[in-house]
Amino acid sequence: MIKSAASARIRVNMTDETKKSGDSSWVLNVAQLARIELSKQEETKFAGQLGAVLENFELLNKVDTTGVEATAQVTGLTNVFRIDEIKNPLGKESRDELLKNAPEIQEGSIKVPGVFHND
Amino acid sequence: MTDLYKLTIQDASKKLKSAEITPSELLESVIERVEKVEPEIKSYITKTFDIARAQAKESDKRYSAGKPFSDLDGIPVALKDVFCTKDIKTTAASKILEDFIPAYDATVVSKLRDAGAIMLGKVNTDEFTMGSSTENSAFGPSHNPWDTTRVPGGSSGGSAAAVSADECLFALGTDTGGSIRQPASFCSATGLKVTYGLVSRNGVVSYASSFDTVGPIAKSAADVAIILNIIAGNDPMDSTTVNEKLPDYTTFLGHDIKGKKIGIPKEFYGEGLQPEVDEILKNAIETLKSLGAEVEEMSLPSTDYAIAMYYIIAKSEASSNLARYDGIRYGYSNLKHNKNLQDLIDLYFKNRTEAFGNEAKRSIMMGTYTLSSGYFDAYYKKASEIRTLIKKEYEEAFKKYDVLVTPVSPFPAFKIGEKLEDPLSMYLADVNTVPINPAGVPAMSVPAGFTKDNLPVGMQIIGPYLGEGAIIEIADAFQQATDHHLKKPEL
Repeated sequence: MIKSAASARIRVNMTDETKKSGDSSWVLNVAQLARIELSKQEETKFAGQLGAVLENFELLNKVDTTGVEATAQVTGLTNVFRIDEIKNPLGKESRDELLKNAPEIQEGSIKVPGVFHND
Repeated sequence: MTDLYKLTIQDASKKLKSAEITPSELLESVIERVEKVEPEIKSYITKTFDIARAQAKESDKRYSAGKPFSDLDGIPVALKDVFCTKDIKTTAASKILEDFIPAYDATVVSKLRDAGAIMLGKVNTDEFTMGSSTENSAFGPSHNPWDTTRVPGGSSGGSAAAVSADECLFALGTDTGGSIRQPASFCSATGLKVTYGLVSRNGVVSYASSFDTVGPIAKSAADVAIILNIIAGNDPMDSTTVNEKLPDYTTFLGHDIKGKKIGIPKEFYGEGLQPEVDEILKNAIETLKSLGAEVEEMSLPSTDYAIAMYYIIAKSEASSNLARYDGIRYGYSNLKHNKNLQDLIDLYFKNRTEAFGNEAKRSIMMGTYTLSSGYFDAYYKKASEIRTLIKKEYEEAFKKYDVLVTPVSPFPAFKIGEKLEDPLSMYLADVNTVPINPAGVPAMSVPAGFTKDNLPVGMQIIGPYLGEGAIIEIADAFQQATDHHLKKPEL
């Protein structure tokens, strides 16, 4: 379990060897990258579940994709522009409404915890 | 007339226009129905009956003045809880959004309001639409109206169950890999996954942005056509929406389908397909033949790779989309009850750990893994290349066929709890629906029959890019010739 911000920045090591050896620490490494804490029990559970899924997906290696271009989207649209004009007549009122969902606000701005430490 | 809640949009609209009934009468009948069956079905997360009653009164006035806004004026609708609704809680069935109140309406919600539709409330889904059963909802599962020990499917399970149990006249859902079609199939509703970009996603909670679509779940193909006329079209707020001029989808109703060419992709009828489902599909195909359609077996060879391709891309996009839930601007925030946070990263860890459910966590971790340096080429890039192969196979197929017909799911609704702790088998259950989203084409789930245990089975009709009309034409002809879609669960 990650207790401090400093330990969250430990080097991530997840080789295929560690993934396949039954060692579940690779999941802990991924979870750290993804900013999720796992209990020991969750680590084992997710390692089993995700390991099974990823192993199944190795099926894709059978497909020869030499010379095939990747598809990221199917619309065929490129560079969709619109005029950058203000369409919201409510202005501040609307801003205040959006800010209502923030846990801490100060003078019309959202308050954020310190990036390094809160003193 | 009693039992107004059972009406289709088409029939309700006729009665409203002829002043046989009023929108308020229709609404009260539906509300009464919801109150009666909801303890068993649990479709709704949030009910907005006060708003609905006020809207219905306005609609009453429009009808008495002879000036309804549209064919959806006065028609009660349930919205999957992923559509932003101004001043009404929008949760995506996640603890991380349990108190989120949007400041604006999604474009489709505005369109429905402007059309005069009556908002009944927000219905259940798997958390962030990730799942095939609604069991991943932070608020508990919905139940299948045909057998309440079974799942309604997912992720739009609340929408499909609500339509099937007559708790609304229609619902909106979203479909990223089958989330409209599979629950529609499990609950015996008619659900359309539209062409990617046909309906605006502005104000809709994202799962996998290159696959996500918005579409209707209704009681008939004719009703789907009426809804599509209102919700389809370009939106400057969603730059992926199509620019093409769209047809009036109701003009595809009541057609003769003689000579229509229907392809039967053999990969969808292989191993894993339950014999009963196979038999129901064969009968449905015989019906289409008897209506004059020309049916032919064909092949989409890359189908076997669709699940792996789909889930790699979907979870990669999901891990990126879910990064926005930082507990700073909106949503669950550890800041609200913890004044001892060390720093920003501490907040990220606490929020995500405390407020995401298991499938959301699995998605984030899997996506983080497949997008990480050293694994990107083997997973994400490879999957994106295979996506190209699959998309091309569909393009080729539609040079020859008007539509393709397959089962929606290899089996009918499964038991609640059966697959929950086995994500791989849950993913594999989506085998027939996931190939469609990467290709970007439309597909509809149409009730095709029932198993011996009286569980619904759906037929998937797949059409070409922007070929919603071709699908509606075949589905409507099928529904004119059959009565599966008219059967109701005993509740």
